Amino acid sequence: MATYEFIDHKYDVVVVGAGGSGLRAALGCAAAGLKTACISKVFPTRSHTVAAQGGISASLGNMGEDDWRWHMYDTVKGSDWLGDQDAIEYLVRNAPAAVYELEHWGVPFSRTEEGKIYQRAFGGMTRNFGEAPIQRTCAAADRTGHAMLHTMYGQSLAHETEFFIEYFALDLIMDEGVCRGVTAWKLDDGTLHRFQAQLVILATGGYGRAYFSCTSAHTCTGDGNAMVLRAGLPLQDMEFVQFHPTGIYGAGCLITEGARGEGGYLTNSEGERFMERYAPSVKDLAPRDMVSRAMTIEIREGRGVGPKKDHIFLHLDHLDPKILAERLPGISESAKVFSGVDVTKEPIPVLPTVHYNMGGIPTNFFSEVVTREGDNPDKVVPGLMAVGEAACVSVHGANRLGSNSLIDLVVFGRSAALRAADTLKAGESQPELKPAMTDAHLARFDKLRNASGGTSTAALRLEMQRAMQEDAAVFRTGESLASGVKRLQAVHDKRPDLAVSDRGLIWNTDLMETLELDNLIGQAAVTVNGAEIRTESRGAHAREDYPDRDDKTWMKHTLAWFDDATGKVRIDYRPVHNFTMTNEIAYIPPKARVY
Amino acid sequence: MVELRLPKNSRVIRGKHHPAPQGAGKTKTFRVYRYDPELGGNPRWDTYEVDVEACGPMVLDVLIHIKNTMDPSLAFRRSCREGVCGSCAMNIGGRNTLACTHGWEEVPGREVSISPLPHMPVVKDLVPDMTLFYAQYASIEPWLQTETPEPQKEWVQSPEDRQKLDGLYECILCACCSTSCPSYWWNQEKYLGPAALLHAYRWLIDSRDEATGERLDELEDPFKLYRCHTIMNCAQVCPKGLNPAKAISEIKKMLVERVV
Repeated sequence: MATYEFIDHKYDVVVVGAGGSGLRAALGCAAAGLKTACISKVFPTRSHTVAAQGGISASLGNMGEDDWRWHMYDTVKGSDWLGDQDAIEYLVRNAPAAVYELEHWGVPFSRTEEGKIYQRAFGGMTRNFGEAPIQRTCAAADRTGHAMLHTMYGQSLAHETEFFIEYFALDLIMDEGVCRGVTAWKLDDGTLHRFQAQLVILATGGYGRAYFSCTSAHTCTGDGNAMVLRAGLPLQDMEFVQFHPTGIYGAGCLITEGARGEGGYLTNSEGERFMERYAPSVKDLAPRDMVSRAMTIEIREGRGVGPKKDHIFLHLDHLDPKILAERLPGISESAKVFSGVDVTKEPIPVLPTVHYNMGGIPTNFFSEVVTREGDNPDKVVPGLMAVGEAACVSVHGANRLGSNSLIDLVVFGRSAALRAADTLKAGESQPELKPAMTDAHLARFDKLRNASGGTSTAALRLEMQRAMQEDAAVFRTGESLASGVKRLQAVHDKRPDLAVSDRGLIWNTDLMETLELDNLIGQAAVTVNGAEIRTESRGAHAREDYPDRDDKTWMKHTLAWFDDATGKVRIDYRPVHNFTMTNEIAYIPPKARVY
Repeated sequence: MVELRLPKNSRVIRGKHHPAPQGAGKTKTFRVYRYDPELGGNPRWDTYEVDVEACGPMVLDVLIHIKNTMDPSLAFRRSCREGVCGSCAMNIGGRNTLACTHGWEEVPGREVSISPLPHMPVVKDLVPDMTLFYAQYASIEPWLQTETPEPQKEWVQSPEDRQKLDGLYECILCACCSTSCPSYWWNQEKYLGPAALLHAYRWLIDSRDEATGERLDELEDPFKLYRCHTIMNCAQVCPKGLNPAKAISEIKKMLVERVV
């Protein structure tokens, strides 16, 4: 093995990832006087938060009466009761303040006539505990994530957060169960770095790229999730993968749910507004899992549109062109560029597309990473937090409601910073790091850098993505999932045969993509294994052989550990929290989930 | 005398030719700028005969196809692939744009040439060093500055005032504009360039911001702002259809108006 030397850094806190949650956590820690570094494989405004369109949920009540209890009820019901209700209460109660904070930082929200933040309707968001759709989603046209991310980056400049940009994080530095930092590879000069910290906050996003077709960016490879698996810690509820109903047919790019929030609707080949049959009360504004299933059924039963009858139409052509230009300019442009459609005249061809991971690194609502140790299902892992899509708090349970992710980013990014400020002492001395803690990081890096087998990274990635796309789709069966488990094992077994052609260290994207693929494989494996074992249908996990929710057996979170050497997955469980955070709202007991 | 040839070490030499794979359908030639700092030597033009029937409609689809099937060593930035993250800005067929939203069939000529954003230091292949560009953005203090105590809820902003931010806040910091500007090519260490100035105007015109005077003071400088000679390349190339030159002229107007 070549010899590598680390360049050392010491901080109180190191945040990995500079999307919405990472920036919020980093600037909160810096503002609290903690010496904070934020490392990211892309420049902050290139993080995938930038692609969020429709908005950020909070019960501001700008468009009529609203109540955080209603928001909580909707989120619990949307999660198909797999969400932890203490965390959900924390989310919805802190949401309005988080949105006002963003506005005070300068987010250019769209406005009502009175000059307040404009709010639009979104799937599953209702008034008075499910009565009728409500306008709760705060929007900056259809570029809310972009507006938020740029504003938060500006704010971190104001707080003089220290950024390490285009550093690719390799692994967590673990010391007998305690996280002591993270190692990273600096792309532009090829050096390796060791960031020591009292606390590492993972804000590394989802792993949509485990699938062949997703709305996620190329960079969404769940690197933090994979680092956690390699550290011998579990991921939670990974079988719950959200398909967004309206990805552009072919290209997979996102068309916001806000399009339906502004009055858009879906039709099949008979021109029928079929959602009226599936969700009579909220119709096209049903939660994403239900709309994606309805679309899939329509296509399966021969009522898809297009020459192959393999997609669905989204209509905006009945809406006032002025409204489209003001509130949905971004998706009007995307529809033009990626499907050649003028939305004022024609429908957009759409298809359910992988969009979001409800699962991730298990945390409590202080954003501390937890694991199961013996009888204790909530054992905190010292020195490690996770926020954003990488984390599973779990506020989204089995299915996330649209616009609940942007609020998740800022509420839990803030919660992490508050907890860090409460529990850490700035400048506290840290134990010396030993080479044994990072030897495996270097060995993995060097092995992949010099990989000289017969399978290209692109070929193995495609094999994994095809397996996930075909076997862990909107609908799953025991048979498809068994096939998925087998195919993922085969992909794992080919890892030693990978080939990297570029041996350099500077901007070696061949190596970077290989490290990312290596990260994805473990996540894909725990996803299909968790899905195969969960013999019920809940939220986004729809088993045709087990069509009903089974609260007696399955009201619990899946924990999955991955053995990197063998590719084997070990499963255990954590109870779903059947309690709230305060006495101001009672636990919402499970009932049938109809809209 | 003006030196019309590039310095010897910067001349782009002919590189490798990658023929079309056997059984390829319709092919097109892509000429791609290559430079590997670890190998040293001059930058080169590699050519790839790409089976365009096997890849998608955008230039980024072609680059990914090349990387996946012909030459994994090719380095370029990319992320969202839908024109919002700004990673894949490069010079395609002589014009700065985003590879992910620019169709290869739109590029005129028999072959498509692809090179990094011009007049930036090249780190590797199509990856330029953006450090200065980002520092210029940071220098305009891109955050809301107020003195009035913050309200409990949101700052009130009328729809008309909010509308003034349209055409500005959508910038994705791809740097297509700045790196297409001849003034920026000559004076980038002193002239802020169209992207940073567009953002400066975005905060100047925000009805909530209370630092207008200080912001204008910062810009009143023969180089930072006044190197814009309304060449308009910025507005020509902006992949989001924004007009930085107009924003710059609005700043100049504000500077005049506060004197008279």
